[in-house]
Amino acid sequence: MEIIELISRILGASVVFATPLIFTALGGVFSERSGVINIGLEGLMIMGAFVAIVSNLTFYSVFGAATPVISLLVAMVVSAIFALVHAVASITFRADQVVSGVAINFLALGIGLFLTKQWYDKGQTDFIESPIYSSNVPLLNKIPILGDMFFTGWYWTSYLAIALAFLVWFIIFKTPFGLRLRSVGEHPMAADTNGINVYKMRYIGVMLSGAFGGLGGAVYALTVSHNFSHGTIVGQGFIALAAVIFGKWHPLGALGAAIFFGFAQSLSIVSSDIALLENVPSVFMLIAPYVLTILALAGFIGRAEAPKSLGEAYVKGNR
Amino acid sequence: MFSNRLFNILVPIISVLLGLISGAIIMLIFGYNPIAGFAALWNGAFGDAYFFGETIRQVTPYILSGLAVAFALRSGLLNIGVEGQVFMGWLASVWIGISFELPMILHLPLAILAAAIAGAFWGFIPGLLKAKLGVHEVIVTIMMNYIALYLSNSIVRNLLSDGADRTEKVAATASLQSNWLAEMTFYSRIHYGFIVALLMALVMWFIINRTTTGFELRAVGFNQHASKYAGMNVSKNIILAMVISGAFAGLAGAMEGLGTFGFMSIKSGFTNIGFDGIAVALLGANTAFGVILAAFLFGILKIGALNMPTAAGVPTELVEIIIALIIFFVASSYMIRWVILRFKKEGK
Repeated sequence: MEIIELISRILGASVVFATPLIFTALGGVFSERSGVINIGLEGLMIMGAFVAIVSNLTFYSVFGAATPVISLLVAMVVSAIFALVHAVASITFRADQVVSGVAINFLALGIGLFLTKQWYDKGQTDFIESPIYSSNVPLLNKIPILGDMFFTGWYWTSYLAIALAFLVWFIIFKTPFGLRLRSVGEHPMAADTNGINVYKMRYIGVMLSGAFGGLGGAVYALTVSHNFSHGTIVGQGFIALAAVIFGKWHPLGALGAAIFFGFAQSLSIVSSDIALLENVPSVFMLIAPYVLTILALAGFIGRAEAPKSLGEAYVKGNR
Repeated sequence: MFSNRLFNILVPIISVLLGLISGAIIMLIFGYNPIAGFAALWNGAFGDAYFFGETIRQVTPYILSGLAVAFALRSGLLNIGVEGQVFMGWLASVWIGISFELPMILHLPLAILAAAIAGAFWGFIPGLLKAKLGVHEVIVTIMMNYIALYLSNSIVRNLLSDGADRTEKVAATASLQSNWLAEMTFYSRIHYGFIVALLMALVMWFIINRTTTGFELRAVGFNQHASKYAGMNVSKNIILAMVISGAFAGLAGAMEGLGTFGFMSIKSGFTNIGFDGIAVALLGANTAFGVILAAFLFGILKIGALNMPTAAGVPTELVEIIIALIIFFVASSYMIRWVILRFKKEGK
C-alpha cells in the first residue's frame, strides 16, 4: 500500500512539471521539423504565461468558471502572433535563427515585465482567482491501483497534453501536411521543386510553435505559479527544447523526454521522502536533465538525427 | 557600390537608431514623453560622478562577455554558454579570494587567473564535444549554463559557507575595489576591473589580427573545409576558440566577484551578463574595438534606465525591449542591406 502511494505521488508530481514541457516541446517539434531552430521557446512560454495571467485576472468577472479555458486560448493566439517576429526575422530576413531566438527570449521578458509594471504598477501581477484545479476522474479513479496512479489529483491539462502528443504524431507522420512540413525541414529545395511553398510551411511551423509554447507557459502559470513575475518561467523553455532533442524531434519521443524531465524535477522535491534518495544532494537532481541532454547529444544514449536543413535559411534559387 | 566594410559600420548604427526610435514610439503609445524619457536615461548614466562610476562598473563585465561571444563567433561558433562561464569564473575567483592569505601581488593575479581557467574549462567541454563528436555547441552551452547555475549555488551554500546565502568577502589582497575611485565617484561601485577589460580587448585584437593562431581561427570560421584542406587542425582550433572564449567569460565573472560585489551569493536566476554579451558582440561586429563601444552603449542603457522611473515615470524594463529589438535589427541585417541597396538604386 505504501509503495503505491509513493509511486502515485511521484507520478503526480512528475506530471505536473511535465505538462507545460510537453506542450512546449510539441511546439518545438513543429518548428524544428520545418527547419527553423527555436531557442525562443522560453520566450514563447513567458509570453503565454503573461498573457494567461493577465486575461485570467481581467476576464474572471465576465466568464466566471470558463475563465481558465479562455485564458489558455488567448495565450495561444497571442503567442502564435508573437512567434511571427521570429518567423519574419529568421525566414524572410534570413537572420541567424539562434540569435533571433535569443532576441525573442529577451523581448518576451521585456514586454511582459514592462506591461506588468504599466498595468499593475509593481514587479509582479496579483494572484489569479481562477486557476486550474486538480481533480479526480469520476469512475476511473475507483479502479484499484491504476485509479490512484493515473486518475486521482491530476490537472485536466495533463490529459490534454498527452492526447495532443499523439495527435501531433499523427499530424506529422500520417498526413500530407506533416509530410510537407518534414520535407521542408529536410530538403527545402526538393520540396520547392515539388510545388511546396517552403516559406509558408515554415511560417506555419513557427506559428504553431508559438501557439503550443504559449499554451505551455499558460498551463504552467495557471496550474503552478498562479501569477506572473520575472521568476515565473526560468528555464522551462530550455528544458522543453532539450526534450525536443532528447526525444529525437519525434512528438512521442518529446512526450517521453518531457515526462522524464518532469520526473527529474519532481525528484528534487519529493526525494526527501524516499529512503534511497535521501542522502543524494538535491543539486544532482537539479542538473540531471541538463547533463542527460548533453549525454544524449553526444550520442551516449543513441544518436539523434536532426532535420537536415535545421538552421539554414532557404533562399529561393540558391544551390 | 557599398563595400562590406561600410555595411559593417552602417548596420549597427542603423540598428541602434531603429531600436531607440522603437523605444520612443513605445513611450509615445503609453503616454510618456520620449524626450523626457531619454533625457532621464542620459542623466541616469552621466548625471553625476556616481552615475558615471556605476556606468563604468556595468560596462566592465560587458566588455569581457562581449569579447567572449565575439571571439567564438570569429571562429564560427556561437557561445551561448558565456552566462555559465561567468558563473564558474565568479565562483573560482571568490574561492581563491577567500581561502588564501597571500601578498596582493600574488593573490589578485591568482584569483583572476583562476577565474579565467574556470571559465575556460566550462568552454572546453562544449568545444570538445563539437570538435570530436559534432554536437551543436548552442544546445550544449545552454545546458551548461543551468548546470553552472545550480552547481555554483550548491557550492556556495555547502562548501564556501555554512549553509548561508553568500560567501564572506574576498580578502583585501584579492580585491579589485579601490577607495580613491569609489570616493571620487560618491561611493559608486567602480573598480579597477575596467583596466583588465580594456587590456583583454587589446589581447583579443592581438590574437585575432596579429598571430598565426588568430589567422587559423578566422579561417576555420570562414570555411572549415578549406581550412582543413590547407592543413589546419580544425578540431584543435574549435576547442581553442571555445577555451579562449570561456576564459574571457570567466574574467567577466571575476569582475563581479573581485570587483563589484566582493563575494558570491546564491542566485535564483541568471545574471544576464552572458546573454547581454551576445548583444554586445553582435552590435560590435565581433571586433575588439566594436565590442568596447557596444558594451558602453548597453552599459549606459542599463544604468541610465534605473533613473527613468523616478525622473520620467517610464518603467526600466523598456530598455530590455530596446536591447532585444537592437539584436533583432542586427540579426536581420539582410533587411537593412536590402533597404539601403534599394534606395541606392532608386537614387540613380
